Amino acid sequence: MDRIKGFNPFTSIGSSALTVFIAAVVLFLINRAIFETTVLVQTLAKALGLGAVYAIVALGFVLIFKATQVVNFAQGGLAMVGALFLSFLAVDEHIPFTTIQNPLIGIGPSWFGWGLSVLVALVFAALLGLVIERIVIRPMIGQPLFSVAIITLGMEAFLRTFANDSVRVQLRPLGIPWGTGGFTLGGTVGDNGITTGGAFVAWSYVAAVITAAVAFVAVFLFYRSRMGVAMRAVAFDQEAAMANGINVGLVFAIAWAAGAVLATIGGIYATQPPIAQTGAVQIETQFIAFRTLPAVILGGLDSVQGALVGGLIIGLAEISAGQYLSQFSGQLGAGYPLIVPYVVMIIGLLVRPYGIFGTPEVRRV
Amino acid sequence: MLEVANLEVVYNEVVLVLRGLSIEVPDGHIVALLGANGAGKTTTARAIGGLLGVHEGKATKGSVTFDGREITNDKASAIVTAGITQVMEGRRTFADLTVHENLMCGGFTVKDRSTRQASYERVMELFPRLKERRRQVAGYMSGGEQQMLAIGRALMTSPKLLILDEPSLGLAPQLVQQIRDIIININQEGTSVLLIEQNAMMALSIANYGYVMETGKVVMDGEASKLLDDDDVKEFYLGLRSDESGNRKSFRNVKHYKRKKKWAS
Repeated sequence: MDRIKGFNPFTSIGSSALTVFIAAVVLFLINRAIFETTVLVQTLAKALGLGAVYAIVALGFVLIFKATQVVNFAQGGLAMVGALFLSFLAVDEHIPFTTIQNPLIGIGPSWFGWGLSVLVALVFAALLGLVIERIVIRPMIGQPLFSVAIITLGMEAFLRTFANDSVRVQLRPLGIPWGTGGFTLGGTVGDNGITTGGAFVAWSYVAAVITAAVAFVAVFLFYRSRMGVAMRAVAFDQEAAMANGINVGLVFAIAWAAGAVLATIGGIYATQPPIAQTGAVQIETQFIAFRTLPAVILGGLDSVQGALVGGLIIGLAEISAGQYLSQFSGQLGAGYPLIVPYVVMIIGLLVRPYGIFGTPEVRRV
Repeated sequence: MLEVANLEVVYNEVVLVLRGLSIEVPDGHIVALLGANGAGKTTTARAIGGLLGVHEGKATKGSVTFDGREITNDKASAIVTAGITQVMEGRRTFADLTVHENLMCGGFTVKDRSTRQASYERVMELFPRLKERRRQVAGYMSGGEQQMLAIGRALMTSPKLLILDEPSLGLAPQLVQQIRDIIININQEGTSVLLIEQNAMMALSIANYGYVMETGKVVMDGEASKLLDDDDVKEFYLGLRSDESGNRKSFRNVKHYKRKKKWAS
């Protein structure tokens, strides 16, 4: 019994192209490490920060896909609405009604107040996920997956309209305590006490990496539990899972709540470096989901490790292309780094059509 | 004891599939439910197990009662908790999951860890084959092994009543024998069995009682041994009828109108 392996000419072209590409990248990085260490460190830190955000959002896609076999196109809408919840709570309402002089951004919510606002916003996001699941997804249990996918697309349009309407053209700040600030690694301290040179690392990179680590550990542990295995069973065959007493509705609800929470976290980080510099929700915030899609597909739609690895690879590719190919931006076009993830995804799919960690369909021959 | 009384099931609000079906499964018995394709056997299993909703079906009249409690149109998970588990037609193992994970899914409703572990040990004892293949992905196993896994998965809840929908489907005669022995084994440990089969010979050889279904209702029922002796069952379900001199009957010489079932009016 082996997995079916058909001959695919693109596989060999793709894999040799990939080998050459990886070798070129490695040689280039070694070259940079020797001659421009500071720039390299800064680029890697930025890439890690972006990769962590991608990994978090990708994890949301994967969780919902693993339970429902549906790519949730509403992830972007959820990200934006979730971030707006935080904006309402932390900035408009000043929960818990106190502000302090924050050394980083001036007047703003206290750390405690902001943390509390984030928690409440995440709870709201989870509730939103539950409501969507209950009203539009639950009645579709046992129905064709394609219909469900289209419903999520409709949900995206709905959420986006709501969110765009509340953002319009202005920025909605999130009151993030560390703002867009950061620290410098290395560099030389001049006579006036000001550091020059050195690699800039934004606090948001650090925060994103920590958040991603916590999220992935939690999800790994979850999948080893009874509920986690049941979730995979539901994804494979809903009716058979029901016949075994698995509460399909509950599984869906958990997946959607978790997916919405992860989307919201992604939405919050999408307002900060390296994705945006404003620390505020704007129309572009919702695009985080579509920017993450290459990471999800490259890693494998049904794989948690895939979300992590795919996110990091895509983050690295996007940032290093933006850094090191900038001299060609005249020929490539101004926004070329945004295209890089899709190029990497296509090369990756030629080699591994199911994604790096995706499960090929189990078939007997 | 399971009692199905005058059950009527409608799909899509128009297709009438069961029209007043009544069957009983007393505690500790094996009851066979026979019938040709489209008679409504699988629908009966779905109606008992609460799986009609997935197929846009609904029990519109009649009732299903289990141990004196009405469970008509209950949720599938509630019915499993009440003690009825079914092995669906076509095995339906979770092909992506390992044998161990499949069994864990089977024990989903069992909250207590030690009870679950005990059921797991019991299933492993019943199916040594599964023990060998614990870490294997279910989709790559043979049909017989998958059927054993499907039965084992259903046993993880330690059900009072096990519904088996066509367990012999697509299996070699020797494996059918094995499945048959397993069913007897399970029954001897105190689980009642509702055995839905097209393989009438196999089903009646182990059942205490049998029902014959046609177009959504029971047309004949009786002790399994009586059904085995019945001329019409022999002719239409077992293909065994011989003429007076004991030779096998050639259908070439039979006029269609002469092959009429006694229950068809």
